[in-house]
Amino acid sequence: MIFLDGKYAFSFVYSDKNWLIMKAKCNESFIKVKDILEAIPYGAAFLDENFRVVFINSFLEALTGYKSEEVKGLDINQIIKTNVFKELTAGIKKEEKLSIEGDIIDVHRRRIPVKITVTRFSQGENRWFMLVLEDLSRLKEKSLFLPQFGMEFILGNSPAILKIKEMLPIFATSNATLLIEGETGTGKDFLAEVIHKLSPRANNPFIKVNCGALPEPLLESELFGHVKGAFTGANADKPGMIKLANGGTLFLTEIGDLPFALQVKLLTFLDDKEFYPLGSSKKVKVDVRVIVATNKKLRQMVKEGKFREDLFYRLNVLKVQLPPLRERGDDILILADYFLKEFSEKAHKKIKGFSEQVLKVLRSYKYPGNIRELKNIVEYAVHVCSDDWITEKHLPEYLFTAINEEDQQKTLAKDWSSLKTQKNESFTWAEFEKKKIIEALTSCDGKKTEAAKKLGWARSTLWRKLKKYGLE
Amino acid sequence: MKILITLEKDHVAPRFDFTREVLIVENKGEKVRTVILPRSSAEELCSFILAENIDLVVCGGIEETYYQYLLWKKIRVIDRVIGPAKEVLKRVIKNNLKEGEIVK
Repeated sequence: MIFLDGKYAFSFVYSDKNWLIMKAKCNESFIKVKDILEAIPYGAAFLDENFRVVFINSFLEALTGYKSEEVKGLDINQIIKTNVFKELTAGIKKEEKLSIEGDIIDVHRRRIPVKITVTRFSQGENRWFMLVLEDLSRLKEKSLFLPQFGMEFILGNSPAILKIKEMLPIFATSNATLLIEGETGTGKDFLAEVIHKLSPRANNPFIKVNCGALPEPLLESELFGHVKGAFTGANADKPGMIKLANGGTLFLTEIGDLPFALQVKLLTFLDDKEFYPLGSSKKVKVDVRVIVATNKKLRQMVKEGKFREDLFYRLNVLKVQLPPLRERGDDILILADYFLKEFSEKAHKKIKGFSEQVLKVLRSYKYPGNIRELKNIVEYAVHVCSDDWITEKHLPEYLFTAINEEDQQKTLAKDWSSLKTQKNESFTWAEFEKKKIIEALTSCDGKKTEAAKKLGWARSTLWRKLKKYGLE
Repeated sequence: MKILITLEKDHVAPRFDFTREVLIVENKGEKVRTVILPRSSAEELCSFILAENIDLVVCGGIEETYYQYLLWKKIRVIDRVIGPAKEVLKRVIKNNLKEGEIVK
């Protein structure tokens, strides 16, 4: 008999169905160990005195890729594959509860830092162990996610970003569905994770599903799970991402790519917070906060009939519009400095900063790939640079071509508009561009490389345009 | 085909990088030998596998980097296998073992 807080007493016994159950003293009701383990928001296992598995919960199933029924009776280290198993077994002989930090290899062959806590229960001569496995990878990667750092971690002081920072505590404390819109590379996934980490659900899972990555039948099973025999190849029950996110946050990225048929099922789930796994007649109820993100214009998609209007309004409760980097002014330099520091440390280089000219280039480039592109540019420069300062020669070549082309385009557009004002209405843009090319080629004696330079284009651009206008 | 199975006692070792002993099998099980490794190291085990001209590695948990490295070197890897090495070997010879399999 085990006493907890001097009030409750329980013992472990096997039921007639060979379930290990906890027998409570107060009312003689029975609780399955399985149900207790499922309530723990981490990977957890119940073990016998020889560290052999009695039961593992669905978190641990998802982490290790093994099913609880398959691994019953096996040594727990065969399942979790940790580097500190010897220390654990030796330590728990002396103490009733023991926590050790180590790592495991998960089903995706990733080495994950974990904190393993083992608690010993004794009942007469019998001993049982409860093992809880806490994933520390997020904590180790980003201790900056802690609430006091949350605000500073979203870098930048542009008006749009300041507004988002202001709203962040509201987004974090709310349970309402949040829609994040923004171009590719603006940091939608990152913002969703920050909001989760600042929310009261921070200690529970953050599950990300990319709605554009899987075909419809697979996505349905991935999200809602299935039961054994639901379709060919469904050899065992699968909990589904929504169930795994129970207590935490479900982040659906690329929501604009969600197939039409699944939009209905998602809408029903968002309304009722319960769903039927594929092939099951038993409803599953979960407590999940949903955040969705897209780089498409959902309202436009609704107008075009590609996205359900009712789902759009259901998702659009709270909304954040992440600004493209080109509209964030000096945030570009703040972010560039941050990335410079990060990559210099990683590459063990002592780079002091960017030259004035580089700062000008960084400020004037338009970043179609947004923050992701800026990050890549800085990473490139850090690797190429062997001096104290990053100068123009350390930047990728395409930056200058893009900026030149843009400037030239602006000049051409200026000339064009002046031509227009001279009431030359019948003159088209193509004709105007053709004229400019001929002028450039004539002045360079037909030398294409020089003409391209004069026009501010890459040689390939000139070649393409020559072909287009039949000037080859 | 030359097969290598990572060992811990008489079972497949749970971790590739902590393996101290391996079983090397040739000619469909006719020639079997056990090799004790000087230390546990994933890099050194990879070099050993290459030096021994192994065709197939059977192991427990292996990190993606080493898994991909072995594949790149045209060595087949069946990982996340659990069970007694003897039984596992029988399954390998019958060409009846797949990734994540639990052999009892």
